[in-house]
Amino acid sequence: MEEAVITRKLTKKFGDFIATNEITFTVNPGEIFGFLGANGAGKTTAIRMLCGLLAPTSGEAKVAGYDVYQQSEQIKHVIGYMSQKFSLYEDLTVRENIRFYGGIYGLSGAEIKRQTESILETLSLQPVAHSLVASLPLGWKQKLAFSVAMVHNPKIVFLDEPTGGVDPITRRQFWDMIYQAAHRGTTIFVTTHYMDEAEYCNRVSIMVDGRIQALDTPRALKQTYGVDSMDGVFQILAAALPPNELIVRC
Amino acid sequence: MNRFFAFVKKEFLHILRDRRTLLILFGLPFVQVLLFGFALTNEIKSAQIIVLDHDKGYHSGQIINRLVASGYFELQVYERSYEGLESAFRKGKVKLAVVFPVRFTHDYEHGRNAQVQLLADASEQNTAISLTNYASSIIRDYAAEGRTQVAGPMAIDIRSRMVFNPELEGAFVFVPGVMAMVLLLVSAMMTSVTIAREKEMGTMEVLMVSPLNQGQILFGKVLPYLLLSFLNGCIIIALGVFTLGIPLHGSLLLLLAETLLFIFLALSIGIFISSLTDSQLVAMFASLVIMLMPTIFLSGFIFPIESMPKLLQVISQIIPARYFIDIVKGIMIKGVGIGYLYKETLVLIGMSLFFTLLSLRNLKTRLV
Repeated sequence: MEEAVITRKLTKKFGDFIATNEITFTVNPGEIFGFLGANGAGKTTAIRMLCGLLAPTSGEAKVAGYDVYQQSEQIKHVIGYMSQKFSLYEDLTVRENIRFYGGIYGLSGAEIKRQTESILETLSLQPVAHSLVASLPLGWKQKLAFSVAMVHNPKIVFLDEPTGGVDPITRRQFWDMIYQAAHRGTTIFVTTHYMDEAEYCNRVSIMVDGRIQALDTPRALKQTYGVDSMDGVFQILAAALPPNELIVRC
Repeated sequence: MNRFFAFVKKEFLHILRDRRTLLILFGLPFVQVLLFGFALTNEIKSAQIIVLDHDKGYHSGQIINRLVASGYFELQVYERSYEGLESAFRKGKVKLAVVFPVRFTHDYEHGRNAQVQLLADASEQNTAISLTNYASSIIRDYAAEGRTQVAGPMAIDIRSRMVFNPELEGAFVFVPGVMAMVLLLVSAMMTSVTIAREKEMGTMEVLMVSPLNQGQILFGKVLPYLLLSFLNGCIIIALGVFTLGIPLHGSLLLLLAETLLFIFLALSIGIFISSLTDSQLVAMFASLVIMLMPTIFLSGFIFPIESMPKLLQVISQIIPARYFIDIVKGIMIKGVGIGYLYKETLVLIGMSLFFTLLSLRNLKTRLV
């Protein structure tokens, strides 16, 4: 089977600032790919290029076999996206949100109905199905947002810091949902800055200042750097700034 | 197409959920039209008048009695000269003066054209119009009665003159003005705010990642407001015609077409504003400052353009509402057709194209 995501020297510059610097990586179908890095390391820029929200400055990228320059319309049909900001409409009810996202992805009325029931069932949201999303607790909203991003059964789903600001129990439940989705064959591309979450991924890449500094399974990374947690790996990589960066800091 | 309808449906849900939006949408035109309409049709009771009676004859006395007996007027004083009239007007207490020339009674009885002059303080245009209308009809009634009683041609020629604002421009302007204002507010402000809201909330990103294309998103945002604005325009026209008695001399079809054109212009301005900002607050503020205030102050809606300083008159030429107000006045009150309004129409079309192109250029990079 074809790679879910493949990039080669993908670069985005904003003026003089290089947000992502020649990143090259491959995401295998069905895997949970963790995209790690500190705030401002270039994770969001990379994800936005892959989703077709930003045009790359140079380099190549393919998502689900489609080229990001030429075939962004095809890409849109097969990916799901959950942004850093909350992506549901607070003034619509739970049901209306599901129906809307099902609608814009071209699902038929019957499919939307089936998906709605299944989401309400899975998340036990039946009692609040007709309540405005604004009235739900944050954890529920995040889980609902994830389900809505999956409403059209995308091949790949991009999650940009999906667990930001969520309590640990909900984060755990959220990752259970991610596992289930991966189990059904969806490729998960997830950014986070919680290092404990990195342990849950099949493979992780760590971005520092626009570059990918490491890419492997969590176990292999911990062995390579001789530490017993992903946090340790990250500390080592983040400290080792490139020389020119050091000169600037001095 | 189903995608697009799902999107439009969502937009309607937003509007229906938001009480403030609904209130602005449907409350504003009613309040504005009725408020201004009330000010215009406000019945006048006991307005202070003065009489300058050079005639001192039987008929002038009768007419003065009729005027006072009507209840609309209260005789303030008999004046002896025009100078006295002027100073009375300046003091502002007197709203109307009735002047009978020498030999008024003589002329009237001998079938000549007897003249009465009405002078009104038109610094309050609406009052001035009502007062001269009331007084004229009372005098005309008197003349009509006289004709049936006595044989022979008898006529009174009423000459009314508006002092301070002779043209009376802007008297009927309030309905077109309110229309321009409400349509701008609904179409431009709400469109820009709703697009800015999607950007601010982050949902715009999600929409852009979805298979909806940019045109569908924009048109889907705009369509509900287009429909609602048009409905609003119709409500305002109906209110003006049926409750306030504004005439509709020209073609209704042309009026509706021009209204649609103006709504389109307002929407294109709204999209233009939203292409400049990501914040609802900025969008709202920009709408108010660059559209609503100039519309109120510079379009001739409240202050006649003719009495503005030269500089403001020049600035008023870039205010879209000014042209729309002229068009609506032309169609409703003067009953003219497109032949007289093509210049204003072309200006509106030109402005729409300008903003549409400008925002399309901006949006390409700014929508996300």
